[in-house]
Amino acid sequence: MLQTKDLTYSYDGKHLLHFPDITCQKGEHWLILGQSGCGKTTLLHLLGGLLTPTAGTVTVAGTALERLSASQLDHFRGQHIGIIFQVPHFIRSLNVGENLALAQHLAGLPVNYDRIQSLLDRLGIGHKTNRPPEALSQGERQRAAIARALVNKPALILADEPTSALDDVNADEVAKLLEETAADVNATLLIVTHDSRLKSHFSKKIELEPQQVQSTL
Amino acid sequence: MNLLKLSWKNLLYKPLNLLLSVVLFALGVGLVSFLLNVNHQLEENFNKNLAGIDLVIGAKGSPLQLILCSMYHVDNPTGNIPLESARAFLNPKHPLIATAVPLSLGDSYRGFRIAGTTYDILELYKARLAQGRLWEKDMEVTVGATVAGKLHLHVGDTFKSSHGLVEGFDEHEHDFRVVGILEPTGSVIDQLILTTTQSIWASHEHSAVASDSTAHEAHDHSHEHEHEHVEVAPQMPDSVSLRKAAEAQRLELMNHSDKQITSILIRFRSRTNIQALNMGRNINENTDLMAASPPNEIARLQTSMGQGANTLRWLAWVIVVVSGLSVFISLYSSLKERKYELALVRVMGGTRSTLFLLIILEGLLLAVLGYVAGMVVSHSGLALVAGYLEKSYRYAFTSLKFLPEEGWLFLGSLAVGFVAALLPAWQARNTDISETLAKG
Repeated sequence: MLQTKDLTYSYDGKHLLHFPDITCQKGEHWLILGQSGCGKTTLLHLLGGLLTPTAGTVTVAGTALERLSASQLDHFRGQHIGIIFQVPHFIRSLNVGENLALAQHLAGLPVNYDRIQSLLDRLGIGHKTNRPPEALSQGERQRAAIARALVNKPALILADEPTSALDDVNADEVAKLLEETAADVNATLLIVTHDSRLKSHFSKKIELEPQQVQSTL
Repeated sequence: MNLLKLSWKNLLYKPLNLLLSVVLFALGVGLVSFLLNVNHQLEENFNKNLAGIDLVIGAKGSPLQLILCSMYHVDNPTGNIPLESARAFLNPKHPLIATAVPLSLGDSYRGFRIAGTTYDILELYKARLAQGRLWEKDMEVTVGATVAGKLHLHVGDTFKSSHGLVEGFDEHEHDFRVVGILEPTGSVIDQLILTTTQSIWASHEHSAVASDSTAHEAHDHSHEHEHEHVEVAPQMPDSVSLRKAAEAQRLELMNHSDKQITSILIRFRSRTNIQALNMGRNINENTDLMAASPPNEIARLQTSMGQGANTLRWLAWVIVVVSGLSVFISLYSSLKERKYELALVRVMGGTRSTLFLLIILEGLLLAVLGYVAGMVVSHSGLALVAGYLEKSYRYAFTSLKFLPEEGWLFLGSLAVGFVAALLPAWQARNTDISETLAKG
């Protein structure tokens, strides 16, 4: 389902970040742990096709990302990969429901307001559909972000520190919802975090070693 | 949910920026459209009322004034000319002149000019009767369509004239009686009250005696007391008998060598005849009369008016450019705070082109809004000044007419919106999504 091989990335052409090979089966939930600065976010962006690796391959649901053109990659991401960020952002000019509808439209899928409403209901924020994103609390916003990542029933869900900005109660809640909703659509869930509160939720873990800054020379 | 809706919502999210851009755009577009319309309609008015008139003969003075007075009825006469010296031009057998329309001006009724003339004027402006008949006897009038409409005049109504073009001042004793109403022609004849030349003479000879006694009568017009008006079928003579009658009227005028008229409108038999072309100069050099050529005078007037209009038009285009600049600045500055949103669009499956298109759409939307608002401004402005313009130019301005140039103006607006959005759109297209998202 998700497979990486010899993944390497360089920000400046001199220093290389190496990542361990990852293999996840369909429907599995993985935690990628590591301290800040070890390249967690970079790895997530590589997996999501937001960054192009310097070397190595990423294969999602049988598709090698490096084989796709830039716009094909954008379309693929929209349809098959849902991404949740540490700080949930939205299009401010649209309400919560419209933000989800936009995700459907941009992925090239028909807009389905029933799906949107039931998903928001599932996440316990069904009454916020027509509210602007800034009217939501931090926890509600992160749930809305989960809804947006899930609305197109992606094969892969990537979450970047989804709970680190939340208090214990909300963090627990959000982690549980992430697991449950990912299971709803049988998606592979991958969470990168340094939040140790999440460790108890997940059995499958990958520890990222602090990167030894390697020089190509 | 689609891109157009998203760009619209994005604009609405910053209502003050939206307002500023649209107001500036509307100002520029409105001014351009307003000038186009006024210019076009004035030109049309001038050209329509040229009516194939080759020469205007009147008393010496300003040739432009003579033409404005005799053809457009917006100025006072330069004076009167004795029929003694003008009679030759009225002769139906004149070898060079096809039509000669004598005009006796000076009186008006509620702002509309009364013109003592012959049936020749009908041919000049291709006027036809809508109701009743043509003026025959003295003190009978046939009124233009606008006069009838504005003053609610009907066949059978009577009124008193006043001296000059200012209403309610120095009224004359005699009652004019409406015997007919003309169909609308779009030319200046719509605004005239036509009667015999003799009626003008008659009312002036008596008015000197009677001017005091009429002051108290004020605007007591009999037509205001009549409640039922019957439509009177028009009795338009055919063109042959109309021409005969007109010639008879001119011959009759030629007998009154002791009297005066204001001017004569002349149409040549042939515009290529060298004698005809020299007629104006001959008159100006060898007689006490003045001849003025309408096309020349109007061209001169338009040149001097055109310079003012040109300056204004430049100003309008400067405003359009400034409004383009304001669209650019508002889009460009919004990019910075929307960087994360743009990255999100990519995360959700939008491509670089999607972002480019999104910003271009915002620019175009602003242009369309500005254009529509500008059209509303210019055409309601036209409606507002139409009343004033009609009074001073004797021409019914319309505010609901749209010019082909305004279609071009629309395309121009779109171009301004597009160009203004181009750089911001390119910037948005090249947003580094990974870096933007990592910064949060």
